[in-house]
Amino acid sequence: MSATAANRDLPGIYHKAGSLRAERRWAMWTAYASLIVAAVIFMAPPFYMLVTSLKTSGEIAGMAGNPWIVREPTLENYWAIIENPLFRGFMLNSIIITACVVAVTMVISILAAFALARMRFWGSQMLATGVFLTYLVPDTLLFIPLYQIVGGLGLLNSIWGLVLVYPTLTVPFCTWIMIGYFASIPKELDEAALIDGATWPQMLLKIFIPVALPGIIAATIFAFTVSWAAFVYPTAFVTTPDQMPLTIGVVSQLVRADTFAWGQIMAGALMAALPPVIIYAFLMDYYIAGLTAGATKG
Amino acid sequence: MAQVSLRKIVKAYEGGVQAVKGIDLEIDDHEFVVLVGPSGCGKSTTLRMIAGLEEITGGDIAIGGTIVNDIPPRDRDIAMVFQNYALYPHMSVYENMAFGLTLRKFPKAEIDTRVKAAAEILDITPLLDRKPKALSGGQRQRVAMGRAIVRNPKVFLFDEPLSNLDAKLRVQMRTEIKKVHQRVKTTTIYVTHDQVEAMTLADRVVVMNHGIIEQVGPPQELYHSPATKFVAGFIGSPAMNFIPARLEQASGALVLALPDGIRLNVPEARSARYAAHAGREVLFGIRPEHLTDDKPTDKANPAPLTLTPEVIEPMGMETLAHFRLDGAEISARLDPATPAEVGVPLRLIAHMDQMHLIDPTTDKVL
Repeated sequence: MSATAANRDLPGIYHKAGSLRAERRWAMWTAYASLIVAAVIFMAPPFYMLVTSLKTSGEIAGMAGNPWIVREPTLENYWAIIENPLFRGFMLNSIIITACVVAVTMVISILAAFALARMRFWGSQMLATGVFLTYLVPDTLLFIPLYQIVGGLGLLNSIWGLVLVYPTLTVPFCTWIMIGYFASIPKELDEAALIDGATWPQMLLKIFIPVALPGIIAATIFAFTVSWAAFVYPTAFVTTPDQMPLTIGVVSQLVRADTFAWGQIMAGALMAALPPVIIYAFLMDYYIAGLTAGATKG
Repeated sequence: MAQVSLRKIVKAYEGGVQAVKGIDLEIDDHEFVVLVGPSGCGKSTTLRMIAGLEEITGGDIAIGGTIVNDIPPRDRDIAMVFQNYALYPHMSVYENMAFGLTLRKFPKAEIDTRVKAAAEILDITPLLDRKPKALSGGQRQRVAMGRAIVRNPKVFLFDEPLSNLDAKLRVQMRTEIKKVHQRVKTTTIYVTHDQVEAMTLADRVVVMNHGIIEQVGPPQELYHSPATKFVAGFIGSPAMNFIPARLEQASGALVLALPDGIRLNVPEARSARYAAHAGREVLFGIRPEHLTDDKPTDKANPAPLTLTPEVIEPMGMETLAHFRLDGAEISARLDPATPAEVGVPLRLIAHMDQMHLIDPTTDKVL
């Protein structure tokens, strides 16, 4: 205190008023306030689902009291849905579809991205842009022509039809992420590998895939989320409960005529949402690193 | 190990820009050749064509007597060290060095022996388990060299390997590279823009400019007998002084008439060589180290001249003085004890036995 105070009093030295700390504090408050508002808005629906899923049918139907509070918590909805063979079927379908779609997507998009990012060939730039443009066509538009194609292949009302069409949603974006990630790998690395004796496939397997692992994980999570949560395509292409994934199974089959089993629907939806949440929680750091890779690396 | 021959090598890019304009070069077995030149002179492109990383537009490249124009890099039996090291970030030092051998399906024991021997030579044995990001710049450079050595290739290619290191480390690694070559004796082609690196490392230096070879020769030869004005100015630091002058015949002897009425006698030994150019405009080239302060010298043919310093730079072991003579910048190396002052005329000695005359129309040294 003495030193700075003394300096401030020196003749000819003007001390301009201001406080870095105050500015920073103000920025922090603004950030916290807006984040809290955002968190409340986004967390309210899942919280309401949780609350509803813990209520009995009677309590859900009852109009009295605050709907955000559970008076007699029960897990009966969860037991009911777990023991429901239909729900188990939906879960199994979702798992099969997603596993296949993720595998197909990653194989296609890694190979495509490697070729587009590294093997300079005629039209590769245009192709890369074209791949991304296909991502801009919404599935709500795409399902009409796809219905013809899937029907023509005899795959309507089959999970294999879904495995075939989901990659139209996942491959373009995953390829795009991977192109960015591969492009951030220094050119000298492939040249060194070429001189060391690697063939193109060896270079991809031994250098590019390990080095780009964060990007690959990010793309995998994306493909997983998209195919787990897909709604339009299964709604359009699947009609019988035995072929339905969770997303449409829960909302269509747990309704008996005009009776909505709200507790079970909420419990089912929450359980359906669980796998992505778990995966995000564990792989979030990779996901962010993957999405921002191109931005920070030279 | 092998000879490398370049015959009429041309590299042209789309749009007709020629980076390399038909160069010829023969490199002997075990030789250490340095390609040096300013950026854009085609030296790196030449090296990359030898490596097989760039296609050749015209001409032939032969390694060990075999023309390799259309052979992929992996089958050329070469190893390359890159400017930014290009180590595989996900592999340990050991795996980085072993990678090339693993791909070539060498037996594990053989790989182990070779990696450990190379690590020994480069003094990186304690680092073998580390990942590249846990290494300093100098250590990474050693690993990159190790990766080349274990392969025991016919030719080593170095592409500005020291440019990313700080000045002190660069000098140290330069010595290191020379030591390695003395032990391993593989034919080496080394690209740099730094003439000091070129002079200190090379058996022969290849000076390139604008896609052509200006001169090839041992370092001392380039220093003492440059063939062109470019080589004369590029080799040596500070660079050679070029002063416009007129070669005159005066009472049987040749005299250089410089601006400001300065006249320097050309040594008799050079008379025959320069006689044909008497009466013509020339460029007088003399290195700063051959333009010193006026004190008794054992060197032959001292010629006195007086110039006024514009800038004085004391370096410790010597003092550099900069002058201006009719628009030409001139530097001289002075004894640090000389009391030189800006603006005070200083008497200098030009050591005329080290002079060069350049034909200003062709830029060739006469």
